[in-house]
Amino acid sequence: MPRAGDILSRAELQENFAELPPPLTDSEALVEAARCLYCFDAPCTRACPTEIDVPKFIRQILHRNEPGAARTILQSNIFGGSCARACPTEVLCEGACVDNTLLNSPVQIGRLQRHACDVARQANLRFFTPGPPTGRRVAIIGSGPAGLSCAHELRKAGHEVVVFEARGVAGGLNTLGIAAYKITTEFALTEVDLVQQVGVEIRRNSPQSGPQIQALLAGDEFDSVFLGIGLGRTRPLGIPGEDAAGVWEALDFIFQTHTGSYADCQVGQHVLVIGAGNTAADVATEAVRLGAEQVTLAYRRGDEAMPAYAYEYEYMKHDGVHFEWYAQPKRVVVADGKAVGVEFIATEPLEEGSRKAGLREVPGSEFTIEADMIVKALGQAPLLDLLKSLPDLKVDGDCIAVDPDSGATSIAGLFAGGDCISGGAEIVNAVQDGKVAAAGINRYLAGARGGSTNA
Amino acid sequence: MPDLSIEFCGVKAPNPFWLASAPPTNSAYQVRRAFDAGWGGVVWKTLGTEPIVNVSSRYGGLDHDGRKVVGLNNIELITDRTLEENLREIAEVKRDYPHHALWVSLMVESKRETWHEIVKQTEQTGADGIELNFGCPHGMSERGMGSAVGQVPDYTCMIVEWVKEVATTPVIVKLTPNVTDVRTIGRAAQQSGADALSLINTINSIIGVDLDTLAPKPAVAGQGSHGGYCGPAVKPIALNMVSELARDKDIKLPISGIGGIQAWQDAVEFMLLGAGSVQVCTAVMHYGFRIVEQLASGMENWMREKGYERVSDFVGLSTGRIHDWGDLNLNHKVVAEIDQAKCIHCGLCYIACEDGCHQSIAWDKQSVADYVKEHGEEAIAFHSGGHDVVPGAGADYVNLFTIKQDTCVGCNMCSLVCPVEDCITMKEVDTGKPPMSWREYQELLAAGKIAKIEPPKHV
Repeated sequence: MPRAGDILSRAELQENFAELPPPLTDSEALVEAARCLYCFDAPCTRACPTEIDVPKFIRQILHRNEPGAARTILQSNIFGGSCARACPTEVLCEGACVDNTLLNSPVQIGRLQRHACDVARQANLRFFTPGPPTGRRVAIIGSGPAGLSCAHELRKAGHEVVVFEARGVAGGLNTLGIAAYKITTEFALTEVDLVQQVGVEIRRNSPQSGPQIQALLAGDEFDSVFLGIGLGRTRPLGIPGEDAAGVWEALDFIFQTHTGSYADCQVGQHVLVIGAGNTAADVATEAVRLGAEQVTLAYRRGDEAMPAYAYEYEYMKHDGVHFEWYAQPKRVVVADGKAVGVEFIATEPLEEGSRKAGLREVPGSEFTIEADMIVKALGQAPLLDLLKSLPDLKVDGDCIAVDPDSGATSIAGLFAGGDCISGGAEIVNAVQDGKVAAAGINRYLAGARGGSTNA
Repeated sequence: MPDLSIEFCGVKAPNPFWLASAPPTNSAYQVRRAFDAGWGGVVWKTLGTEPIVNVSSRYGGLDHDGRKVVGLNNIELITDRTLEENLREIAEVKRDYPHHALWVSLMVESKRETWHEIVKQTEQTGADGIELNFGCPHGMSERGMGSAVGQVPDYTCMIVEWVKEVATTPVIVKLTPNVTDVRTIGRAAQQSGADALSLINTINSIIGVDLDTLAPKPAVAGQGSHGGYCGPAVKPIALNMVSELARDKDIKLPISGIGGIQAWQDAVEFMLLGAGSVQVCTAVMHYGFRIVEQLASGMENWMREKGYERVSDFVGLSTGRIHDWGDLNLNHKVVAEIDQAKCIHCGLCYIACEDGCHQSIAWDKQSVADYVKEHGEEAIAFHSGGHDVVPGAGADYVNLFTIKQDTCVGCNMCSLVCPVEDCITMKEVDTGKPPMSWREYQELLAAGKIAKIEPPKHV
């Protein structure tokens, strides 16, 4: 498999991975901030899962108070800088912006949020301090956005917090799983620092098994445990040949852009991405940026039904990604033990105009797309083995069942949030889950041990 | 094609847009550029006997949430050039632009001979008239000139009389707004023979304080002084003062309106309230002489739409509509109405009414599903990743705002803050009562012919 550094120069790679969209200049930020109408009970704030007071922080920017703006953002969402970069703002705050109606173009809330957070970070401002010690200790399993958001809230409440992270790097998918041209590793780690600054201890390379988690719950060291374990491997295609060399999982492909230099990243000459979600879009656009000659994205439905956001589709089109719609993979074509392509069969919807209609394979329509790198991007499967090893843990489908108001699981003292309760959502949703669970844990530790749920 | 030409105190000009005595009229170079750009007249920057010395760091701007220079203040004085140079240039410009109005602003120490001398010298240039600067509120006033004269009716009378003893061209007296009642000074000027009034000069002001250095702005070696305030933000003050003079039964003089004019609408408003010409400074200092093109074309289009052929057709048409508050009709009623089809659900009307006004807007939440059902596909801006994006929606609801017309007092505030054109309008309600002013109400009350009007119930 070629390395990006064999195809493109370091300067080209650096340019290809420059942050998108670029930061606002000070002047741009002021002009953009002046557009905000300062709505009452603002739709943008209501559309934000973490309920950031958007009109307030924008007005703070307008009045040259970026530190105040950053505080407004971060007190609702300690990952405010990451969310500013990676949130699907077009369906959240910016989608709700009334300027969509008035001017056909929303206030660029995400970029303003980023501006405020960047100014505060460059000035190395700290806004939060640990609360007065409560003598209580909470273990957090997983240092992704859910776990760290929960940890930050709990520490502000005065509890001692230890975060157990399986990997050697903290931050979960926020650090490793988002296209590097959206969130750089370096930036993601600064938000991990914000959490550590209030005195949260993060133990890296500390995977916790089911029995270990049970021990944490049962032992004297911790009074409560929060599960922010996310999800597991990419779902299998369930077709012959998918384990051949050259077949990648989407997250592994993205991880490499965060764990090493771009030049060291492996990329095929012809990359074939299976799936059309937002992670698939990240893979496709990164493959182009790493120097792939051709990138094709194949999906069993049409573009009208693609799970990726409209702006992700625009990014892909801009990057020259090819699309193969209504294509159902049948087998990975393998030669000499290496994947060389995928055989597809054409599909058609059983019902016109429906985004969720059943599909029918068109007999005799088989075709093959050649590729030396095939990336499976069908979403992540849950960590079922781990969940099953916690005997009393109630699971709803593939997700841990929790009380939506407290994040409490069916096990007393055990709370959960993030992708392991949602099955896969945005960073901003995980952050909010962490906040909700922190509030639930606070109540639980305060004595309301009825926090467990029969959900 | 409407005719923009005017005659003001017998002086003809191709249009009513003049440049005020100020930095843009400091030199022949500038005045020529101004006439070439289309200005109908200028008032040459104030001449004195000797060139003054200015400080460095002279202007300060008032910005408002992203808009630059909605107000401007200055501590610059009258001309810093020699009288001889100015007079020579005035004569040359007048010779080359015989059909433009060229007025010269004057300010000298309060000595009869000195005034006589400068008026004579000025008139020898062929200038069309003289404007007496009794308004400058900073620097010169400390030396007994400018607003020090314009604030005292007797001084105003005295100097106007001296000037009129020798003047053969019309004399405009430029008034300061830094007085309790501008009519007193206007009447004094008229009594002593002034031919016209112009107003307003700048308003006493401190434009701001630098929050890094804590020095006032503009700062001269870290120190400041009050300056003269002008620009778009002063227009309402100027309109009021112009209208006060225009509707004063004792004052019959033509008025040249000054104060914050930057768009054609501003100019028309001044003229509707009685100004026969208008003078502009700040907008030119901000954007240059070229703005006169928009002033002229805007006024022309408006005149065409309204059917006015000459500027004099509409000068003063609104003057008679300004009254004392006590003469307004208490039985006139308007209430707000929100066009729900135009509403973008920003809630600015609601919070303005709720916190600042009269608590007369109802706030309801409609589920997004019901909202989309009611408004159809138009409610959805676009689809993305399986989401329907509905602007104005969040947390699964859309805010709906309706006017409580039974308690709405018709204050207008909601319609003022609404960002959507024609979304909130004020509708007249027939109260079924005959017109009754507060004065009449007092008389009826005293005569026992009417019951007291009850206070609004909702507060």
